[in-house]
Amino acid sequence: MQTTLATDGGTRGSGPAPAVKSMRLGELSLIVVAALMACLWLLITAKAYTPEYGFHAAILAIASIASVFAVVNRYMSRPAEPVPQVIDGKPNYNMDPVKFCTIAAVFWGIAGFTVGLVIALQLAFPALNFDLPWTSFGRMRPLHTSAVIFAFGGNVLIGTSFYVVQRTCRARLAGDLSPWFVVLGYNLFIVIAGTGYLLGITQSKEYAEPEWYADLLLTIVWVTYFLVFLGTIMKREEPHIYVANWFYLGFIVTIAVLHLGNNLTIPVSLYSAKSYIVWSGVQDAMIQWWYGHNAVGFFLTAGFLGIMYYFIPKRAGRPVYSYRLSIIHFWALIFMYIWAGPHHLHYTALPDWAQTLGMAFSIMLWMPSWGGMINGLMTLSGAWDKLRTDPVLRMLVVSVAFYGMSTFEGPLMSVKAVNSLSHYTDWTIGHVHSGALGWVGYVSFGAIYCLVPWLWNKSSLYSLRLVNWHFWISTLGIVFYISSMWVAGILQGLMWRAYTSLGFLEHSFIETVEAMHVFYVVRAFGGGLFLAGALIMAWNIYKTIASPEAETSPRITPALVPAE
Amino acid sequence: MSLWNKHAIFEKNSIILVLGVLVVISIGGLVEILPLFYLKSTIEKVEGMRPYTPLELAGRNIYVREGCYNCHSQMIRALRDEVERYGHYSLASESMYDHPFQWGSKRNGPDLARVGNKYSDEWHRRHLDNPRSVVPGSIMPGYPWLAKTELQAQTIAQDMKVLAIEGVPYDAAMISNASADIKAQGTDDDPGAGALTERYPKAIARAYGDKGKPITEADALIAYMQMLGTLVDFKLYDGKANLR
Repeated sequence: MQTTLATDGGTRGSGPAPAVKSMRLGELSLIVVAALMACLWLLITAKAYTPEYGFHAAILAIASIASVFAVVNRYMSRPAEPVPQVIDGKPNYNMDPVKFCTIAAVFWGIAGFTVGLVIALQLAFPALNFDLPWTSFGRMRPLHTSAVIFAFGGNVLIGTSFYVVQRTCRARLAGDLSPWFVVLGYNLFIVIAGTGYLLGITQSKEYAEPEWYADLLLTIVWVTYFLVFLGTIMKREEPHIYVANWFYLGFIVTIAVLHLGNNLTIPVSLYSAKSYIVWSGVQDAMIQWWYGHNAVGFFLTAGFLGIMYYFIPKRAGRPVYSYRLSIIHFWALIFMYIWAGPHHLHYTALPDWAQTLGMAFSIMLWMPSWGGMINGLMTLSGAWDKLRTDPVLRMLVVSVAFYGMSTFEGPLMSVKAVNSLSHYTDWTIGHVHSGALGWVGYVSFGAIYCLVPWLWNKSSLYSLRLVNWHFWISTLGIVFYISSMWVAGILQGLMWRAYTSLGFLEHSFIETVEAMHVFYVVRAFGGGLFLAGALIMAWNIYKTIASPEAETSPRITPALVPAE
Repeated sequence: MSLWNKHAIFEKNSIILVLGVLVVISIGGLVEILPLFYLKSTIEKVEGMRPYTPLELAGRNIYVREGCYNCHSQMIRALRDEVERYGHYSLASESMYDHPFQWGSKRNGPDLARVGNKYSDEWHRRHLDNPRSVVPGSIMPGYPWLAKTELQAQTIAQDMKVLAIEGVPYDAAMISNASADIKAQGTDDDPGAGALTERYPKAIARAYGDKGKPITEADALIAYMQMLGTLVDFKLYDGKANLR
């Protein structure tokens, strides 16, 4: 990035001559690559087998052209010298990409929760599928899961990781264009993935539905993300890498490996959106759930634990409870999670030994999970009183409590005997949502509530009372959600295996579906409350950013000292 | 010097930390995944299994496109009630040509691994058009557009070529006759039906929808569903053969 290419006739000034503005290698190569991509995608737009793929190709062509303009525009308006790394002895942090991710996370969160509410209602009232392709449950459900996991969660993770790595390394984000490439490229991937599902473009691998071209885009974005993150760590002014960054790094590296392994496909043609995965049958199932469970383990757990390890100590004003516990937590968690995938395949055609291994490691995972929970909760030692006065801290702490609850429930459900009842039922859906709404949702909301005043230089949030409302309304929503799904799942599992005294199956399948109706209504009500809470948050954040409060001076609190 | 202090090597060297993570996360996946590529029970071919016909493959692609796997599993677990409700538990070999697998993870609707031949084509057509017309309590979306959309499968031979690269035994004759086989399987009394069943044993050739009309997406989907779980004859299947 630092290399300069002289564009003014090839003369290369020697010594500290006044800087001549010249295009950097990064800018030049991005322009060239984007221009080539624009040509390629225009060609594909013209020759695509299906209009749906043509639509995506057009989006990608427009995005490529827009990036050429954006980079040239940026070059025209920027000063000749590179952005200073340090101003007045303080690191010159690059917080604009973080701001973008924060806003994007709120937007995608509300979009994803809304789609979730719609599909919950569709299961209770099937007329809401409207007999249209684009609104049917089968296409909307991946939209919901991807919007909340990858769009909402992903923006929270990228945003917070860029914030935390700068602060804890006391270094400006590595790269100049690359952080923006990561942020914008990732959100472009989200748009391609989400519109694709509605148009029927999917490879049907759960949580990895996007087709080959979206996967390639994500691969390039993700490698850049890794390089930016690692490059920032390498520039650090602190001798030690802070614990939150271990978790972020573990998440970034592992997601890259999982993504590549689970998306090895061969496209039918350059002009076709369709591809076929090289794996098949039982091997594909195992690789899918190796991926799928570790999307939970690394995307939704390790990454968000990075948030926990920065934002809870910061908000509570206390150091992390135990340095040694965090070492054990990190290595044990990432080692054991990888083994847990086969618990999604109990009693299937996967060999028994693999199922048993998956179960055994899932149960063992309880230990590092609760070790991490204890580390997070005990960080409040000496600051428990703040729970009464600070609803943001309360949200963060309750998220860790939900983490503890779902990481207890998970090992329980991985036991084969329990799984024989719970698998294929709504118990799984309830379990996922106690983790997703309670843990991932709350730790994200807590981090966003912390970040917004810090990033926009406000003394505090617009209203803590509204945070309180958000907290209680959505907590009530989660309780309705998970308890209705417990009852529904266990009831359906029991009905499927119920026998009459004569030894016949007691219920037809449709009877077990009809029995779910009331629970689906209650679940949708709970989801609606959760969405209402998020809307309150969006309003609060909008008012915080927009309110004309006198801007305070930038925070001068020092970065955290690494745990010793 | 306590052992804890040794951890500083990871905290002070980002590359060593990255390498440490890579090593630690590789072990579990390698141990659980690699054996599946050579164990007898996971790679053995069972009598009766054959690749999908072009029409079934096109139907399967519609099944994938509409996200049917979100609500329907295709994996009967080795549990008493499942075997009684759905039929013989699913074998690994029964999905050996499935790129990707369609085992599913949630049953908002019933398992479909052996749905083939359980209902008539007419039942399937009505059910896809409006599920509540045949199952009053159903919560399945209606798919009325499938029967109104002509099947677009001009490029299905390309799909089969890709699958052949990935190990599905499509031979040159199967690939070059793909379009003819679609017509042969989706129409009544087509002269190509004999060649079709020679290439794909047990393939059922008949008009799955309205006779004399072009083959629709619904026809292809029904052709796919009608063959699900019908290939292996469990009267002849020796469950012990795969043990060792």
